[in-house]
Amino acid sequence: MSTVQDSAVKSAAVSAPSKKSMTVGLVTTLVVFALLVITPLFVKNFIVFQMTTVLIYAIAILALNILTGGSGQFSLGQSAFYAVGAYTAAIMMEHMHINYMLTLPVAGIICFGFGFLFGFPALRLSGVYLALATFALAVAMPQLLKLGVFEHWTGGVQGLVVTKPDAPFGLKMSQDKWLYYFTLFVSTIIYILAVNLLRSRSGRALMAIRDNPIAASAMGVDLPLYKTLAFGISAGFTGIAGALGAIVVQFVAPDSFTIQLAIALFLGMVVGGVGWLPGSLVGAAFIVFVPNIAEGISKGLSGAVFGVFLIAVIFLVPHGARQVAYYLEHMFKKLIKS
Amino acid sequence: MLSNKLKLNVAAVSAVVALAVTSGSALAQKKYDTGATDTEIKLGNIMPYSGPASAYGVIGKMEEAYFKMINEQGGINGRKINFISYDDGYSPPKAVEQARKLVESDEVLLLFGPLGTPSNSAIQKYLNAKQVPQLFVATGATKFGEYKEFPWTMGWQPPYQSESRVYAAHLLKATPNAKIGILYQNDDFGKDMLKGLKDGLGAKAASMIIAEESYEVSEPTIDSHIVNIKAKGADVYFSFTTPKFAAQSLKKVAELGWKPVYYQSNVGASVGSVLKPAGFENSQGIYSAAYAKDGADPQWDNDEGMKKFYAFLAKYAPDANKADGSVVYGYGQAQTMVAVLKAAGDNLTRENIMKQAANLKDFTPDTLLPGVKINTSATDFYPIQQLQIMQFKGEKYELQGSIIDGQLTN
Repeated sequence: MSTVQDSAVKSAAVSAPSKKSMTVGLVTTLVVFALLVITPLFVKNFIVFQMTTVLIYAIAILALNILTGGSGQFSLGQSAFYAVGAYTAAIMMEHMHINYMLTLPVAGIICFGFGFLFGFPALRLSGVYLALATFALAVAMPQLLKLGVFEHWTGGVQGLVVTKPDAPFGLKMSQDKWLYYFTLFVSTIIYILAVNLLRSRSGRALMAIRDNPIAASAMGVDLPLYKTLAFGISAGFTGIAGALGAIVVQFVAPDSFTIQLAIALFLGMVVGGVGWLPGSLVGAAFIVFVPNIAEGISKGLSGAVFGVFLIAVIFLVPHGARQVAYYLEHMFKKLIKS
Repeated sequence: MLSNKLKLNVAAVSAVVALAVTSGSALAQKKYDTGATDTEIKLGNIMPYSGPASAYGVIGKMEEAYFKMINEQGGINGRKINFISYDDGYSPPKAVEQARKLVESDEVLLLFGPLGTPSNSAIQKYLNAKQVPQLFVATGATKFGEYKEFPWTMGWQPPYQSESRVYAAHLLKATPNAKIGILYQNDDFGKDMLKGLKDGLGAKAASMIIAEESYEVSEPTIDSHIVNIKAKGADVYFSFTTPKFAAQSLKKVAELGWKPVYYQSNVGASVGSVLKPAGFENSQGIYSAAYAKDGADPQWDNDEGMKKFYAFLAKYAPDANKADGSVVYGYGQAQTMVAVLKAAGDNLTRENIMKQAANLKDFTPDTLLPGVKINTSATDFYPIQQLQIMQFKGEKYELQGSIIDGQLTN
């Protein structure tokens, strides 16, 4: 009885935007997309590589956003799904000699299953308790990957070196540029899927769960099913990001997927704005570039400088990039009117 | 008709001569690859300044200080060293990003001393494809000296297999009828150590080794493994362990009242971080091996090399802890790099750098034990392969016998 009262009165775990404000306008989307397409033509391969990394993290953060922003469940275990995806791709490419493009859907499906199954025990938990359970998953993953049983496949602590694919059809394009466009293609599809998912019936069900589980259940939403589905979909997308990560970095090892990665993804989501899908790109750029900037300012205190940046973001724009985007939009409209 | 042909011939010959003359003069000219100019040599480096292995970041700071000293002394053949060192937090994907930044954005001549087995594994293929030297990597994994497959990668410190070969040589002399029990960490480090020991014992390995136990880094305690080894009746015990487990092992062996001949891998043999916490009373008489001088040992106070080392510390790194093995390490490694760059002269191409790195003959950095010499060749990419056995007595190690060669044959 008391639990019912509690959850009826309690405010939602995550204050996230409504479904209409989850994306940006069509024009802005197209401009950003055009920039993403054109920029690599004018910059060095190294920058292209960094942009690819940003896109890959953006997919992983988007996946976390579906889970947290969409269904209101926390996860600090995304690095585990990312690792499974990365290893799936690496093992398929190096041991089975399967084309890298085919590894993505497989990684996605395996991680979907993995996440879906993990979603069941997670049903009993919520809020910080769920965060802790997923945290355990992230901590355990690097050690599981080192286990002797899997060593023949995973390469143990040594990890696996992955061969970088060339551009297909004899295209005269550097490997980096090709991989960038390939990643851009995949991330665009995932973005469209995610936006449509959250606008669909299922998306509304997820958000209903986020805002008030009891009310949602009263309206006939199957709570366990949707909660585990959210976990599965999030894990699946993260797995695809992991597979892309393995192909681009050309190397997987247990030390690549520590809890640091999970925290970085979580951080990226908060900086980008919880529940605001385009923010994933901003969040990803933050976790890729800001540590480098911090290191440029002070090598010995790079962690502290990064911390200062982070605190500044939280204080000045608590809703992350979403807040900045709204502010800019507001100013822009004002400018047009005057 | 004939004269025409002749003219053509003359023209051809003179063209060839002209070509020969110009290429001849080009040989004497200065030759540069990206990252080297008349005034500067750019070296890239990757270190874990943050993250789980940040204690090793000291190595990068020492190297930076050493190059500063070289620059103040006039540089190398008039060129200043520009040492660009980035943090990878011991994360392989970050190491790849930093390596690419160094090669493609900072345009360094080579990567010097990147640290850690995972990070170096991650960047090895990329650097070899780009034909950028990955020189003197800071890890003892034996796989960083495979000159056939990776001609642009070279190690520096003794490979783990060399170290355990040295133990094998010592053991065969001291206790040839030993019953050996081995505890090793189940990763590339432990397995390299095990392989070197078996190779060193040769045909006798099968009969001498009576117990082999491996542990995972994730295990909270290794007590049961030690009990098993003791139960099988071993009288010589090898602890191929990293610091935390090395200390556990010392304590457990003492607790069991077991008194085997005890060999401890160099990685876990630090006085300050292993023996002291485990208790000096539990560490008496254990053997380990060293290739560098102990910066805190007073026996080197009048050593020519160490005097230079102490003078360097006093001026360029007054805060450095000379008891920290990483301080000695960074100095010796940077000194080797400078020797290679000096040898390369005005021909600062990546190819020539590798050629010179693979042509070190009896080079002795100030900080290596007397008698330990750096030797490399086109078929030997393991610079240091000699060590000396040492035994712990009182509160410090005492060197035993002479230098032992742990040469690996590829």
